[in-house]
Amino acid sequence: MSWPIDLVILTFVIFCAIAAISVRDLLGTAILFGAYSFMMCLLWAVMGAVDVAFTEASVGAGVSTVFFVAAVFRTSRRTKD
Amino acid sequence: MKLVGFIIVCLTGGLLLYGTGELPAWGDPNSPASTHLSDDYITLALEQTEAPNLVTAVLADYRGFDTMFETAVVFCAGLACFLLLRDFRPKKDHYYRHVPTGVMLHVKNEARTVRTGREFEDMDREWVPSDTIIKTVCRILIPFIQIYALYVVAHGDFSPGGGFQGGVIFGSSLILLAISYNLKTLVKRVTEKFLGVFSSLGVLVYVGIGAIAMALGGNFLDYGKYAPIFGEHHIRALGMLGVEIGVGMAVTAVMVIIYINIVSEGRHDEGL
Repeated sequence: MSWPIDLVILTFVIFCAIAAISVRDLLGTAILFGAYSFMMCLLWAVMGAVDVAFTEASVGAGVSTVFFVAAVFRTSRRTKD
Repeated sequence: MKLVGFIIVCLTGGLLLYGTGELPAWGDPNSPASTHLSDDYITLALEQTEAPNLVTAVLADYRGFDTMFETAVVFCAGLACFLLLRDFRPKKDHYYRHVPTGVMLHVKNEARTVRTGREFEDMDREWVPSDTIIKTVCRILIPFIQIYALYVVAHGDFSPGGGFQGGVIFGSSLILLAISYNLKTLVKRVTEKFLGVFSSLGVLVYVGIGAIAMALGGNFLDYGKYAPIFGEHHIRALGMLGVEIGVGMAVTAVMVIIYINIVSEGRHDEGL
């Protein structure tokens, strides 16, 4: 029964990954990376690795997004390519 | 060039997908990963370590030496951020706000400063009036986040979580303070010296617990040797708790150090 949930979350993960590298606004990329991390967190939770999911939620979706936003705030919001 | 990159990515992805076809099925009891050590961990961990959470038992006890160096890596990340970004040059000009009238002062002479207090307050260049709703909500929320972080650290050996997650949550509560008020509020409350001492103290707690076990006649990080001092009951789980507290201290301080240095370009004056 858990396989369809897995596939739905995996689709979202791939969407977030492709969107994160194709969006030109770096602030948007930071937020998309946060969404990507959160989807990965859900995936770990579905697979039963709750400790890993917890770490992914706090580090990946939480703090690293803040670091990315802080870095974008101090550099530039536009990519060169 | 982009096309070449795209083709290489597709090829690598295809090869990886082809490789995963050979991997054992998810949760397969006959896979190589679960035939050697996993059985021993699953059957003996509760008996040997008295910690109900198997993951913490493996991370903090069986592989405690490994986790010690992970903590050291986190500490090194904070140190590298500090050394690369910290800028000790004083700011050229200062901004102040006269609190009763709301008039902004721009002092260009770096030798002259205005004493801040009831009448004047420090100001950023891109100052926007802080929102009462955000300030109030964050002021109410931050203590709860911090208590939750302490809960996660303290229950690392009983439920998912542990020093690393708890430390990150505690650090992000402090970052929330800096975002909702301003960076100066955080820097005034949590000084740079305190953060530096706290992060290295965390690593020291971890190494110290290991070294004292050696002094008591056991191996490095052998928590069982603390039994004469703290009693036999749950002694390995207690040792793990001590180690988790060390990890939590180091991670909390390092997260705040990294945030402050990135967001203010190392000047610790104004940020998000």
